[in-house]
Order: sequence, then C-alpha cells, then structure tokens
Amino acid sequence: MRLEAITQPSLLRKMVPPILALITTVIFASFLAMIAGANPLSVLGLILKGAFGSQFAILETLNRATPLIFTGLAAAVAFRAKFWNIGAEAQLYAGALITVVLGTGVLPWPSFTILPTLALVSILAGAVLLLAPALLKTRFGVDEVVTTLLFNFIFLLFISMLLEGPLKDPMGMGWPKSARLIAEARLPRLVDGLRLHWGFALAVLSAIGIWVIQTRSTLGYEMRAVGLNKEAAAFAGISVNTVLVKTALLSGGLAALAGFSEVAGLKGSLTLDLSPGFGYTGIIVAMLALLNPLGVIIAALFVAGIFVGADSMSRAADVPTYLADIMLATALLLMVLAIMLTRFRVVRD
Amino acid sequence: MEIIDILFTASFWAAAIRIASPLIFATLGELICERAGVLNLGIEGIMVAGAFAGWMAVYSGTDLWTGVAIAMFVGMAFGLLHSLLTVPFGLSQHVVGLGVTLLATSSTYYAYRLALPEVTSPPKIDAFQPLEIPLLSEIPLLGGALFSQTPFTYLAFILVLVVSVVLYRTPLGLALRAAGENPAAVAAQGLPVTGLRMGAVIMGSGLMAMGGAFLTMSAFDSFFFEMVNGRGWICIALVVFGAWRPGKALMGAVLFAAFDALQIRVQQTSFGAEIPYQIFLMMPYILSILALVMVSRRAEVPAALMVPFNKGER
Repeated sequence: MRLEAITQPSLLRKMVPPILALITTVIFASFLAMIAGANPLSVLGLILKGAFGSQFAILETLNRATPLIFTGLAAAVAFRAKFWNIGAEAQLYAGALITVVLGTGVLPWPSFTILPTLALVSILAGAVLLLAPALLKTRFGVDEVVTTLLFNFIFLLFISMLLEGPLKDPMGMGWPKSARLIAEARLPRLVDGLRLHWGFALAVLSAIGIWVIQTRSTLGYEMRAVGLNKEAAAFAGISVNTVLVKTALLSGGLAALAGFSEVAGLKGSLTLDLSPGFGYTGIIVAMLALLNPLGVIIAALFVAGIFVGADSMSRAADVPTYLADIMLATALLLMVLAIMLTRFRVVRD
Repeated sequence: MEIIDILFTASFWAAAIRIASPLIFATLGELICERAGVLNLGIEGIMVAGAFAGWMAVYSGTDLWTGVAIAMFVGMAFGLLHSLLTVPFGLSQHVVGLGVTLLATSSTYYAYRLALPEVTSPPKIDAFQPLEIPLLSEIPLLGGALFSQTPFTYLAFILVLVVSVVLYRTPLGLALRAAGENPAAVAAQGLPVTGLRMGAVIMGSGLMAMGGAFLTMSAFDSFFFEMVNGRGWICIALVVFGAWRPGKALMGAVLFAAFDALQIRVQQTSFGAEIPYQIFLMMPYILSILALVMVSRRAEVPAALMVPFNKGER
C-alpha cells in the first residue's frame, strides 16, 4: 500500500475519520470496562455524569482543565515549530517552586503587585529551565526529546530535595510540603462561592494570546516556517536557532504558569503530588487540538472531563481509573491517524 | 580511599553488570529500530508492559523462560502497533511513540489493578537465581563480576553478539541498515522497506519488553509502579552514546551502570551520608545528558532516521 495526497478533500473526508476515531475509542473503552466486569453503558454514563452531570462536576472539570490548557499550549507552541518539549512537567514544577518561594511573604511590596510578580517570575523560571535543553540542541545538536524527558526526573528529585530540606514546612507534621502562600499571593475565585479560580481565566486569555501571536505576528509566522521546513526557513533568511530558542522560552513559560495557577489558585502550597502528569497530558491535549491554541481550550475540557469522570466512575463502578489514561492514549493514536486520513488516500498497489 | 577500594571488588562489578542488563536489552531494541530508520519512543511504556507481563505470567504458574517469552510477545504486539502507525502510515514518530508509551503504561496499570485488586503489596515470584559458570567464575574479580550472574544476564550478552552478527554479517542486516540510511535505494533493489522497518520495530520492541522483564524477574522479584523510572529514556541516550553500534552500546550501558553502582555505594559511606539522597538519584539522568552532550556533535545518526518512506513519492 502507499499513500496518495488528496488535493481537495471533501467535507465527508474531513469529518468521517476523526468521528470514527472517537467512536472507536469509546468502543474500546467499553470493551475494557466489560473485561473489568462492569456494564459498559453504565460506565460511560458514569464518566459523563461525573464530568458534567452537576454544577460541582462541571466546576471540578474546569479546575482540572486549567493546568491542562497551560501545558497543552506549551506543547502546541513548541510542536508547531517541531521543537519537542516533553519537559512541561518539570517546567510546571519550576513555576510552582518559584511561586511558593516568593509567595510566602518575602516580597515587601504592595499586595496588589504580588500576584502579577509571581506570574511573571514563574514564566521566567519555566523559560529558563527549558533554555538549557534548547541551547544544548542549538549549540551541541543534542536531541531535545531525551534531554527534556530526563530533566523531568532530575527536577522532580530537586523539588523532593527542597521539600525535605530548606522548603519543608515546620508546621507540616513531618510531611514533605512547603509553607502555605500568604493570602495576597492566592488567586481569588472567579465568582464568590464557586470553586473556580482566576487561573482558569488566565489560561483562556493565554490561549487567545498565543492564537494572536501565531496568526498575527512575525514570530508566529517564523515558528510555523521552521516547523514546516527548516532548510527553506533558513534559506528565506529566518534564523532557525533564534526562533527555536524563542519558541522554547514561550513554551517553558506557559508550562510554568500551570504550576503557578495550581499553587496560587488551588493548592496553596507545594507538594510532590502537585501534578499527576499534567505536563505529559498536555501533549495529548495539544495533539487532539491539532496544535490550535483555541482548540487547546476545548481539548483540555474534554481530557479533564474524562479524568474527572473516570475518578467518580471508578468509585461507583469499581473499574480502575487507569481506564481514563487508556482512553486518552487510544484517542491520541487514533486521532493522529484520522487526521492523516483526511488528507491522504490509502492506495493498494 | 574507600571509593577507590570499591572499584576493585567483584561485588561492585557484579552489581554494575546486573544494573546494566535491562539497559542492554532495551538499548539493543532501540538500536535495531533506529538502525532501520524508526525512533521508538514507546520504549518506556513497552518496558513497563514487559516487566508486568513476564512477572504476571510466572506468578500465574508458567516457568521463568515462558514468562520471558510472554513478555517479549507483549512487547512485539506494541511494536506492531507502533510500526503500523509510523511505517506504512508515516505518522509522527514522536507522537506515536509517546502515545504507545502512554497506552502501554496505562493498560499495564489497568491490568495490574484488575488482576490483583485486593493486594496492598505486590506478591513475589521465584526469580532467576545466579548461575555460576564452572571454572570461569573462579577468575579473580572478573569471574565474580561476569560469570556469577543469572542466566537472564547471560542472554543479554549473547544477544549483543547475535545482533552484531545479524546487523553486520548478514544480508538481512545490510538491508535493515540500508532501510535506515537510504530507503529509496533499498526499494530500488526490490526489497520491501516497509516490511524491513516494521520487522525491526517489532523485534526491537520485543527486546525492550525483555529489558523490562529483567527488572521483575531477575533484578527484583516483584512488580512496582514506576519501577522502570525513566530507564527507557536513558536507553535512547545510550543508543546515541553507543554510536548506533551494539558493541559500543554495551560498553556504554556497563559504564553507565558502573557509575550507578558506584553512587549507590558512595551513598552508604560516611561522606555520602552527608549529601541529600536525591543528588545521588539524579546522577543517572545527569550522566545521560552529559553523555549526549559529549557525543552529539559528531554523532553519525542513521540518515533516514525519522524520515517516513512512501513508495511512489520522490
């Protein structure tokens, strides 16, 4: 078999493969639920109900989507330029770390400046952390996939070291946990009485901002050019390495905002289980969104819904929550296949 | 000085070889994939799946070698999935690889929870035991290090030899390497590039799963979440460090493992006790990055690595 490009894909061509991908994912998940001895329809129903079935569920999903929008954007921005930042997990913790270091009362400034400062410094921390792999790539030709992946392990150990050492909360009953943020460093709730903080709004605004950069700015154009064809971009006078470094700074900064928003908006302190893999899940979010920054918001809601829904389903139906991760991995693989099939025809020879 | 003394004990080198063994399997597996032109980022997840499958098989009553074979087949199944998506369909090897890692890891954890819903600590199996090779194991230092290992470790060393011979001394190996360097030329010879690449990924994934199985069946005797802990990513670094050659990759894995064994021992000295243990745990990852920095400049990457091949396209 070989693949043949379709010059003018019909609407049917564009719609059917992605829909089939989602249907197959659901069928596969049902099959796995059956293996676990549960009724697949009730499992799927429980996931939906757990994710969107009540005001509490929806707020929970929105809260869970917030860090995923940031890490999804981080991946989308980087992957667009074919810079494979798989280190969003470490960058997230970099943002969280600097937030608890500076947000526990050391800044002697007026209180209204504290949150913007923390956000900016977080961005900086994430950007600096990704700068090392970016420079290793542009200077020494070291593949960024491996370095960013390995940085995740190194940085988490670093956090663990700090939480058991200098950052350990003396009031924490011996748990490896940082001191709590002061009140001025906490992101307020969007609406009084509803458990949803300003981090969500910041995430949506970031998505719009990235969309503007990608579609309306020279940098966005250059990033796309580098991603499509490095040689052609260099030939057209774009400094590929500069664009890659700028992409890395942007991507790292976005991932770090996830950490800032989780600590300042939700948790109030830093622990080692701050992120259950938000950095890695961001990659799925970005791919499901076809690397479109506005699509990232929708994809993050979908992914967050599956996680939140599976959590509550697991308690009710006794099916392991890992079903959610399997569904997302399946959706990811089938979706990249489906997207390819919207543009290519499989021909037998 | 106590650290120097450590280097001259057989038990130190025996530990290094033991730590190196799973890395040797998985590095060989990744090397075969990359030589054929496919980057396999599924390695981390495939190792998790192999670790679980081999251990679970033995726990359910098969003998050890059957368990190894089952782990290999599970790895090959994930290899088939990876290669189907990346070779004939030519999808992004980065995305598919990460997707396979996620799928393999999460389905392993799902299977674990279903198979052992009640347990709080995972059960143990009767793992591979050291097999002292007569005469050879009596050589001072070397004998204790190399020839008092488990049969699973001996298999790792045999496979390095087998893979070298196949890659460099057989027509199949030549075709496979050519598929990673210049697939169009391979196709012009009338050889199936797709078949060669898929076969390489499937076989390579089988080896990765055996590397995972080594952890639960020889290095330890039980399965834990997070037990692979980035070893797959380290193996990708080892392939680069070993310049895509089995022999050099073996040296790299042993060297790396020696550092790892050393840090464990330094940790137990009076000097090491002063340092936070996390610093020691970071060492393998930092070493991998340093190794990459050292060799990446002059790395001879297979020319068609990550370049999909589509017949009829020029």
